[in-house]
Amino acid sequence: MVPVSYYFALSAILFALGAMGVLIRRNAIIIFMSVELMLNAANLLFVAFARMYAALQGQIYVFFVIAVAAAEVAVGLAIIVAIFRTKKSIDIDEMSSLKG
Amino acid sequence: MGAFNLVPWIIFFPVIGLMLNATIGRRIGERGSALIAIAASSGALVISVLQYLSLGAHPDGAVIHLVDWIGIGTLNIPWAFRVDTLSVTMMLVVSGVGTLIHIYSAGYMHYDVRYKEDPGSYARFFVYLNLFIAAMMILVSGDSYLMLFVGWEGVGLCSYLLIGFWYQRNPDSNKGLLNSLAAKKAFVVNRIGDFGFLLAMFMIFWAFGSLNFADILPQAGTVAPWIIMFITIAMLLGVTGKSAQLPLFVWLPDAMAGPTPVSALIHAATMVTAGVYLVARSAPVFAAVPAAQSTVALVGAVTALFAATIAVGQYDIKKVLAYSTISQLGFMVAAVGMGTFVAGMFHLVTHAFFKALLFLGSGSIILALERAHHPIDGHEKKKHEGKDHGHFDPQDMRGMGGLRKQIPLTFWVYTIGALGLAGIPPLAGFFSKDEILADAWIKNPLVFILLISAAFLTAFYVGRQLLLVFFGKPRSHPAEKAVESPPVITGPLIALAALVVTGGLINFPGWHPFTNWLAQTLGPELAEPTEFNFFVALLATGLALAAFYLTWMIYGRESLKEKQADPLKQRLGRIFTGMENKWWVDEFYAWLIVRPYKRFAAFLADTIDWKFWHDWVHDSAIANGFRALAHFLANPVDLGVIDGIANGLARSATGLARGLSFFQTGFVRNYALVTFLGVVIMLGYLVFSS
Repeated sequence: MVPVSYYFALSAILFALGAMGVLIRRNAIIIFMSVELMLNAANLLFVAFARMYAALQGQIYVFFVIAVAAAEVAVGLAIIVAIFRTKKSIDIDEMSSLKG
Repeated sequence: MGAFNLVPWIIFFPVIGLMLNATIGRRIGERGSALIAIAASSGALVISVLQYLSLGAHPDGAVIHLVDWIGIGTLNIPWAFRVDTLSVTMMLVVSGVGTLIHIYSAGYMHYDVRYKEDPGSYARFFVYLNLFIAAMMILVSGDSYLMLFVGWEGVGLCSYLLIGFWYQRNPDSNKGLLNSLAAKKAFVVNRIGDFGFLLAMFMIFWAFGSLNFADILPQAGTVAPWIIMFITIAMLLGVTGKSAQLPLFVWLPDAMAGPTPVSALIHAATMVTAGVYLVARSAPVFAAVPAAQSTVALVGAVTALFAATIAVGQYDIKKVLAYSTISQLGFMVAAVGMGTFVAGMFHLVTHAFFKALLFLGSGSIILALERAHHPIDGHEKKKHEGKDHGHFDPQDMRGMGGLRKQIPLTFWVYTIGALGLAGIPPLAGFFSKDEILADAWIKNPLVFILLISAAFLTAFYVGRQLLLVFFGKPRSHPAEKAVESPPVITGPLIALAALVVTGGLINFPGWHPFTNWLAQTLGPELAEPTEFNFFVALLATGLALAAFYLTWMIYGRESLKEKQADPLKQRLGRIFTGMENKWWVDEFYAWLIVRPYKRFAAFLADTIDWKFWHDWVHDSAIANGFRALAHFLANPVDLGVIDGIANGLARSATGLARGLSFFQTGFVRNYALVTFLGVVIMLGYLVFSS
């Protein structure tokens, strides 16, 4: 039986990896994937706590998060496609025309 | 008592007449409007006669209350009529002489509107004339000083309207303007007198708390003498204005600019005697202060002599009569001033007869000359065709002469009037003037000397006028061709002449019906009968005859030639020049009052109003001050403060935005990093703070 703290640690590592990816990488797709990584780190934690407290609410939240993430993917990919069409690139450092 | 209740109709009749004439007068023609006016006036006469008859049965008279007029606190002034012997005497004179003059005017104005080529003025004339009768009736019948004052102002208005009756500008001359000026002069001078009357009324109200005669006259002796003194002297100022006494007489000669019937009715017979009536009505008040009485008597006597000297030097037939009127009013004022109210009222009545007769007679003479000079009737017109009508003044006695042959009827009645004025027995003027002189002989020698000299001059200017007008040779073409006036004009003259002949019977010496009659109102002590004084009567008559002889020597023995100067001029020299020029009183007033007043008005208008008020206060002070204030508000306040606040806000917002835009790098990773650090800080705070 794997203790709950392992899941915590894994979740924290996954979240940190995702956050680093968002902050460091310039490719929009990679950033996107890093965001997914952070979401799933949170999902893992929800599930771990649901198991630990034998309560189903955590698992229900995970469903919500997966659904929202799916919608986010649809919108986000559409934006990335639109950006690519205008800029011929998905490097997000190029997307700085709104700066003051 | 029945007839007393009819007394308001002495006013209603003329008012109805004037309203009819004012509305439909122009449409019903001359005959209709004259008939309405005459009917209205005779209606008033009938009512007056009824009052007279009722007074025979009820000598105390009555006060007829018509409506309540003013009621403020304890002050209660009803619109009430006082019927007593004094007021009925005035009613009879006003309506009697007034009716005769109405009849006369019907004929006179018929010609007049043709000479003036203004047919519409016929009805207007009778409207004014009826208005005058109504106002005069209010004056004499009122039961309070306030009602008397309403009538007093009403007759003043009629006087103004009728003096300026020919206000239209004549194309040949600017006589219309002169008429308007004369009317204005009469009005303004009368205002000064009215001011005195008003002061007297205020003082009466202050002292007695009422303006009704019944509350005042019996109590006159109980009030402090200085108050009564003030009231009487202020009232005297009113009398000098209305009755044309020194120093306010100057308006009456100019008032002759009005039509001649107006001069007869208003400026000789009735309105100008209102002052005498006022003093007689206030007899107990005047009797309470002897000092005021002697002032009144002296004013009257001096006026009598002063005006008589001017009358000697006049050439205008109506001006002679005007100054004669002033002089005779002086006699009356002197009489009431001496406390012989009956003599004053007696002379008022006889004077109304003979002076109305003289004025109407002079109107007949003027008309006779005008018709000869400028004929309008068909058959007369043919005779004169092709003749040159040069300038001719039908009122100038130097252009008359020998008229007794052309207009005999007018000559005879005029002579009767003139002898009545001169005081030749047994005509009315002799008795009334003699009564005044006899009183003066006893009461005040100075007044007697002044009055007897005036009486001498009266006979002199009367003789001069008769000789210049009717005797000698004609001195102008119209004087040769003069035509007698129609019966509508000579009829009233004959009636008045009959009154002049018989008028002395009213107060025949030894019998004294008029004294007893007025004693019912004034009381026996204020209406003592005057003893007939043979010495005074002989002296006055002798002086009058001597004056006639003198005028015969100067003017009668040889007729005045055309354009010849007055023979009196050589004999009297400078004195005559003074008489001729009315002693320069008008010029003196112009120098003393009118010109300084005008200069003061010009100073107020030009300097105070225009230069100071308009130029300086408005243009400089207010306008420049406002401009400076506006400049101040615009420049430092609006541009500096208001704009400064707005611009400062905008600039600080810009600066803040510029500062904040440093954080907006456009790199998504930066934003993500900030978000990440924010979350870390918040979580760290939550974790470590608990």
